Amino acid sequence: MATAAHEVTPSEASASPAPEAVVVRFAGDSGDGMQLTGGQFTLSTALAGNDLATFPDFPAEIRAPQGTLFGVSAFQINFGSAQIDTAGDQPDVLIAMNPAALKVNVDQLKPGGLIIADEGEFGQRNLDKAKYAANPLEDGSLAKWQLLKLNISQLTLDAVKPFGLGNKEALRCKNMWTLGLALWMFDRDRAPLVEWLKAKFAKAPELAEANIAALNAGHAYGETAELGAMGINKHSVPAAPSEPGLYRTVTGADAISLGLVAGAQLAELPMFFGGYPITPASAILHALSRFKEYRVTTFQAEDEIAAVASALGASYAGSLGVTCSSGPGIALKTEAIGLAIMTELPLVIVNAQRGGPSTGLPTKTEQSDLYQAVYGRNGDAPLPVLAARSAADCFDVAIEAVRIATRYMTPVMLLTDGYLQNAAEPWKVPDMSGYEPFPVKHHTDVPAEGEKFLPYARNERGARPWVKPGTPGLLHRIGGIEKAAGTGNIDYSPSNHQLMTDARRDKILGIDVPDQQVEQGRAGGKLVVVGWGSTYGPIAQAVRRARRNGLDVSHVHLRHIWPMPKNLGDLLRSYEHILVPEMNTGQLKTVLRDQFLVDAKSLTKVSGQPFRIAEIEAAIAEHVGADFDQELPADGTQLPEPFSGHDDGHNDTKGGALSPQSE
Amino acid sequence: MNEITTIRPSTPKDWETDQEVRWCPGCGDYAILKAVQRTMPEIGATPENTVFVSGIGCSSRFPYYMETYGFHTIHGRAPAVATGVKLANPDLDVWIITGDGDALSIGGNHTMHLLRRNLNCQVLLFNNEIYGLTKGQYSPTSREGTRSPSTPFGSVDHPAKPCAFALGSGARFVARGIDVHRNLPSVLKAAHAHQGAAFVEIFQNCIVYNDEVFEPFAAKPNAALNQLWVENGKPLLFAGGAKGIALDTRSLTLKVVDVSDGDWESAGVLVHDQTNRTIAHLLVEMPFGPFPMALGVLYDDPAPTFESAVVAQNKTASEGKAADLQKLVAKGQTWMVDKAPHAL
Repeated sequence: MATAAHEVTPSEASASPAPEAVVVRFAGDSGDGMQLTGGQFTLSTALAGNDLATFPDFPAEIRAPQGTLFGVSAFQINFGSAQIDTAGDQPDVLIAMNPAALKVNVDQLKPGGLIIADEGEFGQRNLDKAKYAANPLEDGSLAKWQLLKLNISQLTLDAVKPFGLGNKEALRCKNMWTLGLALWMFDRDRAPLVEWLKAKFAKAPELAEANIAALNAGHAYGETAELGAMGINKHSVPAAPSEPGLYRTVTGADAISLGLVAGAQLAELPMFFGGYPITPASAILHALSRFKEYRVTTFQAEDEIAAVASALGASYAGSLGVTCSSGPGIALKTEAIGLAIMTELPLVIVNAQRGGPSTGLPTKTEQSDLYQAVYGRNGDAPLPVLAARSAADCFDVAIEAVRIATRYMTPVMLLTDGYLQNAAEPWKVPDMSGYEPFPVKHHTDVPAEGEKFLPYARNERGARPWVKPGTPGLLHRIGGIEKAAGTGNIDYSPSNHQLMTDARRDKILGIDVPDQQVEQGRAGGKLVVVGWGSTYGPIAQAVRRARRNGLDVSHVHLRHIWPMPKNLGDLLRSYEHILVPEMNTGQLKTVLRDQFLVDAKSLTKVSGQPFRIAEIEAAIAEHVGADFDQELPADGTQLPEPFSGHDDGHNDTKGGALSPQSE
Repeated sequence: MNEITTIRPSTPKDWETDQEVRWCPGCGDYAILKAVQRTMPEIGATPENTVFVSGIGCSSRFPYYMETYGFHTIHGRAPAVATGVKLANPDLDVWIITGDGDALSIGGNHTMHLLRRNLNCQVLLFNNEIYGLTKGQYSPTSREGTRSPSTPFGSVDHPAKPCAFALGSGARFVARGIDVHRNLPSVLKAAHAHQGAAFVEIFQNCIVYNDEVFEPFAAKPNAALNQLWVENGKPLLFAGGAKGIALDTRSLTLKVVDVSDGDWESAGVLVHDQTNRTIAHLLVEMPFGPFPMALGVLYDDPAPTFESAVVAQNKTASEGKAADLQKLVAKGQTWMVDKAPHAL
């Protein structure tokens, strides 16, 4: 039944050492349960102690027509014994549940990688839908990969036969059969999954039993069907070295939600969350709706505008107002964000970015809302902008957003993206006693007899007092019209508008942003790769590899997009070249050029897919003139001779004048 | 010796701010402001627990002139901001001040949802059938044929009916008043007494851009024949009791009937039941001209409020659960890593 299109030679087999990391991609119809399969595999992997990163990749249509190319849903996981920062460039294993899934995904598979295909689904109808002229499982077109074709559909039907399910219901267990095989291949424990299935189908025990039977059958198939003879061996990926402690997996959406709750608790404030459903931000609304005991009130508003306006109303009334959305929704919220800036009230706005403009690519990732976050409002309307780099980082960035919002009486924009929202990674459960509380005391001091309360008086940070309605003796009115310094009364006078515009700008520029650290490498050197947000993983890996190859490359990753760290300009000017990889057409690059007059260069990608490590490696090589395939001394401090000369020349012509400021 | 401070009831003057009122001389808004300031002492309101929230437009300047907490927000969004205020602190007494453009054009969506959710607050819609602050364009309540800078040949669209819109949105309290009419405070008092969203349409004269548009019923000489002030449990009479509103049972429409010698019963005049939604629908749809303008509390039938339901659910859902942040972050499936990392 099982045949390999390409026989693995002994030399090939010995050439691949025990894997440090393995990338597996599950691909099928959007109704095949691929996200669920991937999610459960992730959990099993985390429990085995591997570091991991995942990349769910699914169509915008909830149930696209069966078997079509645009209906393909995939879930990729990269797991291994070393630190994993990305979901992996190229899969080692592709599990294709139908011809369309094979067609869409096979070109990304590593040469020599393994295809597991459900040949039961490769009938003429499905081949036509996937636009295959001939059956790829038969015509030799997959020769550069290993092919394992199994009639998973039939094997599943056989396995679940005793439970008397209808044909359609029985076939729904295919994903569990496949998962069973994958668990066998990577030596993963089935027990947690069996427990999960029992809980999930508690009300329909026959479905639980059928799914468990399918899972066990897939596992048993791996054990008994002499797959080893074809070079398909059971892989045991050793556990990754991690700091000792308690771990769990989180997605960015989970971590943002937990971070917002933690931030509100550290600020000792009740939280009000106004939201409106939008991909990929809704998961935050869902998560927060369950945290009532943490004084969290969630409100699904009638639209994006009401979501932010209600959050601002709640902030006015003394709660921590929070809203979230994705680009199109943020656009709708913009006027209310301006009101928050004008009335100087705390507000946290999360933007889970997706491909744009307009509706764009709702389920795909992009970083193209940086301009919108930093500049995208009418008037001179500055607000702090933060960006999270990984799912786990979302937790700390959310807390930082709450801290800044309450300390400086300002709306704060927190940028994540579709990739971070959905991607899961292991997270060392933080010790909350290590987080410094920043309790908010609403202003209640009544001014002395004969003195007036000044709602727009400023403290040493430039922040105005936060007074809750209901407080006696401090009655005042606020609004979007320009207000007089101090009294907050309507004031259109030219000098006052100048004064207040400057005050709003200076307050934001004065935020206590920590100095920028260098992630890898050092200050001063040939090349710095500057990133922000979810490109952290591929940049970190690419820089790590480049440095291992002896190249003088450093990695700087921004959390504070606005205002920028005070040392950032000097730091950037200390390098000969600046490379800014972004999933947009060069937005951070433009801001860096504007702020520091540095010759930052872009590496851009807007395909809806995260960067591949190799793409960044290639750009690094181009900038430092190195050939990555060449064996270089692994001493990162010493640059190989041939390149320094070339690079100096390169620098003279291209980056000769770093900036007028540096002279 | 202890000084005994007597808590004196507030007077209308206590509700005035030090800000110069900046509406056009003769604007109906002045009369509404006075009526509200006169109402506050009568309902026993306290300034610090009172919040006025407004959108954008002439009417929305209102909060600056009330010695309470106030939030002048953005165009059309006052109901959304007020929802956040009330959910964050249900003890606050929230008044929304809006206009025909603010509430029914740019903010129509929020008005609808505030009313259907039944947030406990008062919505005062100042209807002057025109955009005043932007210099006189026709509004969603302007009558067909209204000539304005944006409709020099007359408007062609059908106007919205605020009270019909409110009822259609699920409002449980709908009332009408006139800016300069002495009954306005009693309408406001009833709105305040209603637990839930209380919608009040106030006919407000724009002296600059739409002067005298309500004169056919609002002007003193026209009042008796053209104003029908409804009162719960009382017959729907006007014209000094000489005319009444009756139901034509065959066509299920209202009709005007003559009443002689005060015998409204034999004339078949309807008795106003403010909890009768069907009557309310008929009254707000009554075309002016053949019929008088129905005024006062047209509908008042309380239902549970939005914020009380939210508070109750939050309470039930948190019962028996402690807010333990450490426990929260460690939720879900976890695993221990015991060994220190080995050197790479």
